[in-house]
Order: sequence, then C-alpha cells, then structure tokens
Amino acid sequence: MPIISIANLSKTYASGFSALKGVSLSIERGEIFALLGPNGAGKSTLINIVCGIVTPSGGRVTVDGHDIAGDYRAARKAIGLVPQELTTDAFETVWNTVSFSRGLFGLKPDPGHIERVLRSLSLWDKRSSRLMTLSGGMKRRVLIAKALSHEPRVLFLDEPTAGVDVELRQDMWQLVRDLRGQGVTVILTTHYIEEAEEMADRIGVIRGGEIILVEEKAALMNQLGRKRLILQMQAPLETIPASLDRFGLALAGEGRELVYTYDTKAERTGITGLLTALAEAGIRFSDLRTEQSSLEDIFVGLVRGEAA
Amino acid sequence: MGGMNWPAVRAIYRFEMSRFWRTAGQSILAPVISTTLYFVVFGAAIGSRVSAVDGVPYGLFIVPGLIMLSLLTQSIANASFGIYFPRFAGTIYEILSAPISPLEVVLGFVGAAASKSILIGLIILATSALFVPLRIDHPLWMLGFLLLTATTFSLFGFVIGLWADGFEKLQLVPLLVVTPLTFLGGSFYSVSMLPPFWHTLSLANPVVYLISGFRWAFFGTADVGIGVSLAMTGLFLVICLGLVTYIFRTGYRLKS
Repeated sequence: MPIISIANLSKTYASGFSALKGVSLSIERGEIFALLGPNGAGKSTLINIVCGIVTPSGGRVTVDGHDIAGDYRAARKAIGLVPQELTTDAFETVWNTVSFSRGLFGLKPDPGHIERVLRSLSLWDKRSSRLMTLSGGMKRRVLIAKALSHEPRVLFLDEPTAGVDVELRQDMWQLVRDLRGQGVTVILTTHYIEEAEEMADRIGVIRGGEIILVEEKAALMNQLGRKRLILQMQAPLETIPASLDRFGLALAGEGRELVYTYDTKAERTGITGLLTALAEAGIRFSDLRTEQSSLEDIFVGLVRGEAA
Repeated sequence: MGGMNWPAVRAIYRFEMSRFWRTAGQSILAPVISTTLYFVVFGAAIGSRVSAVDGVPYGLFIVPGLIMLSLLTQSIANASFGIYFPRFAGTIYEILSAPISPLEVVLGFVGAAASKSILIGLIILATSALFVPLRIDHPLWMLGFLLLTATTFSLFGFVIGLWADGFEKLQLVPLLVVTPLTFLGGSFYSVSMLPPFWHTLSLANPVVYLISGFRWAFFGTADVGIGVSLAMTGLFLVICLGLVTYIFRTGYRLKS
C-alpha cells in the first residue's frame, strides 16, 4: 500500500483559478519523491491539500490509509510540513517554538528528541535565541526542526533550498538521505533540476495543474546517456537510402541534416559503421556535431508541452 | 476519532500565556496605572462631590464598572490579536496542518485570552483596595460573572480576530462599538439615574446587563434582576459560540 495515495484531486479557487485538474499520484513508502514544475503549476496547492491547509474541490487523499478529511487526526499526525515561506514567531526562542510544534501534534514533551533534532540541524547552540535574531538559513532549519519535532513518517519539503546557501543545501541533502535511512518518506518540490537529480528516487513533473510525467529517476537518467550525431549535408537529401535503414536515421533542417541517435554507454556506438555506409552510398557531408540532452532539456521540453 | 488532543490545547495555551508574561511589565502596569487615574479623577476629584448611589459611596460604586471595562476591552484585545497575528504572520499554517479540532483551537486561544483578562480584572480589584474599603457581598457570584464575561468576550474577540483582514479592522469593533457601549452601559453610573427615555434605550445595551449583574455581586443591588443579567450574558455567549462554529465549519478566512 502506498503511503500517500491521491485520486482525481482537483482544486478551483474562489477566484475561478483552477490550480489542480484531476491529479492522481501514489507515493511509495520510504522513497524520496521530487515534484518538479514551474511557478504556479500547482505544487504548493497539492502539498497544502494533503496537509490540510487548503480544502480540495474534489477527489480523495489518504495518508497511510487514513482519509485526510474523515480521519484527519491520524492522517495529519503522520505528516511533517516545511512550508515555502519563512514564517516564524519572531519573539519565541528556538527551543520553545520546536517544543510547541510537538505539543500541537498531540505528543508529550520529549526534551531528548528535541535535542537530537536541534543537534542534527546545527541549531543546538541557538536553542535559546529568539527567532528574529536568526538568519534566513537558520530560520529554514528551525522550520525543518518544527516539522521533525513530532517524528513524522512523511516529510513535505516545499521548495526547501530556495534562497539557501550552498552549505545549507549540502546539509539539507544529507539530512534528507538520513531521514530516508530511518524509513521516512520525503516529498519535495523544487524547480532546481539539480536537486531532483541529486536526491530523488522518482520524479514527477506537474504543469498547469496536471501531472504530466512520473518516472524513476534512473529511467530518466538513461535518456541522458543518449547522444545525437548531426551531420551537415553538402546537398539536401530527399529520402534516406534503404542501405542506411538499420541506423534509424532521421532527416532534419529540410533535408540538410542527418540525425543519428546512439547510446554512449553501449559497447559500440555504430558511428564508424555509419560513416563507412555513408561513403558507400555516396552521401557527402560538410560538417558534424554531437548533442546531449540533459534532464533540464527534458524538463524544459515537458513544461513547454513538447515531446521529450 | 479518539479523545481530545490535550497536549495541543496546552501548547497553544502556554504559547499564548508566554506572550503575556514576556510583556508582563506592560500587561500588569497598564491596568494598574489606568485604574489609579480613574480613582484620582472619578473617585477623589469628582466622587467627593457625588452623593452615594443606592447607599454605596461613589468611589466604591465604580469598582465593578471599572473591572468590567477592562475585562471587556482586554478580553477582546487579547483574543483577537492572539488569532489574528498568526494569520497575519503566516504561522497559522502549523495550526491548520496539525491534528487539532476547532474546539481544541478555541479552548487554547480563548482559554488563554480569558485567563489574561481575569488576571487583569483581579489586579484592578486589588488596586482598588488601595483606594476604597472593598465590599463584596457575593464573592462566588463575583468570580462566576468574571469568568463568564471573560469567556464570552474572549470568544467575541476571537471572532473579530478571524474576521479582520487588517490591523485597522482589528481596532474597529472595539473602538466603535465596545468602548461606547461600555461607557454608556453604566460603568460609572446606575442607568436608573437616567431620564426615562434614555433608561429604556439603555436596556438595549447588552453591557448594561453585565455591569448590573457584576455590581449586584458586589453590593446586592442592581439595575436589572440578576436572572435577567445571567440570561443576557448566556445569550451572548451562545451567539459567539454559534459564530465560531460557523467559521470553522466553512473555513471562512482560515482556508481557501
């Protein structure tokens, strides 16, 4: 059973804006799932519905088998949320605000646990500091500590590294890996491809309120192994001679370009064979270049609505 | 569903109270100073020229009204600010995403706001004792009215804090409605001292019943019957409870 199961979820705001259009998604227990998408694609709306902050217009969500509406207590207890905005109680101390969060989630005080969380986030020295005296990066850490204060089984990180320095980003990635080691499921939204590439087991892409792709990262990365060899023709070609069929070539640029796709990880790329076959067929080329698509290219292509 | 989430109620209550203690200087000093001023102006300066009301010296007569005045304004201010501020700052996300029922949220916020205003009411009572020899005929009733009024108006303040979408609106109702009603509700006089027309009009003011009932607990005399006072306060409590329930049912101003 997936830890989170979202079925046909939709949300139309009072303004008439349709933020989610029938989203269905399953998150597996213990995985790190990255939700990628441009601003306004519906990432935060999706998270906020699962966490109980936004009321859905339609559809159903269960967390660890508990319906988020009918059995909201059990569903919410399982979840820790780190919001996108740095919203903190300016006058409270780090220790108090993190302990407050634990209480809100119905748990008895456990100073030992709070201490472990604060130490793991390098906040222990700041435990008596008021939140308003902390830097943005430190506040981000406090928000994570609050989310971890009640030992959640699922952690939502909404744009965790937006406006965060390199050091904190590295720390955050390490923390997420540690959490997965403890069996915590992590769902993060980001628009940094690098982040998804670094951390995620699976990647989902959302655009205009619809999930347009959910894929194992490994499968996506395989596409990255593919390269294209582009040959510039001396004279435009009308058709590709039958003797070259086995290479799966494509014509581009009104017949001025011949495109060959190959796998860099394969034992033989077939390039030598192709060049020999071209010479035999009497096809001459004036120039050649190679291209490699990155995850970013795939992503940009997807959100623009082109085929990857 | 399981039982109540008491740790959450306690967390919200303690969080709210810690704000009170953090600013304990202002929280306690302000009512002490304003009470002293009222006693100097109404008790000593004017009161010495005013005859006793229903056999109660004027300085003593204004004590219940003074406490009510602060109780009402403090309850509303504390509760409205308590819930408005997290909405304004964005920290409300945590309360919305926690496994808490609306009842528990209200218990935490309104409980803390009422506790603070009761504390202030008792401080004013103690300050009064420095100026006039206190007399409380029905101490338990006095405490009962204190509790009931603080709870009711903290609920009312909670509603205002949910409704307000700016700091101006937060001030609007207390300034334009509550303060005038309190002053015209007989804080410093008995409504029976008014000419018949104004007396009748005053009976439409809910604060009259609060102050009258509270004054009865002190001196055993009242403008309206104690039963009517209780019933009217109870009615207002029920109206506020209804409003709060409606707000949480619909998610009005809390959730989109």
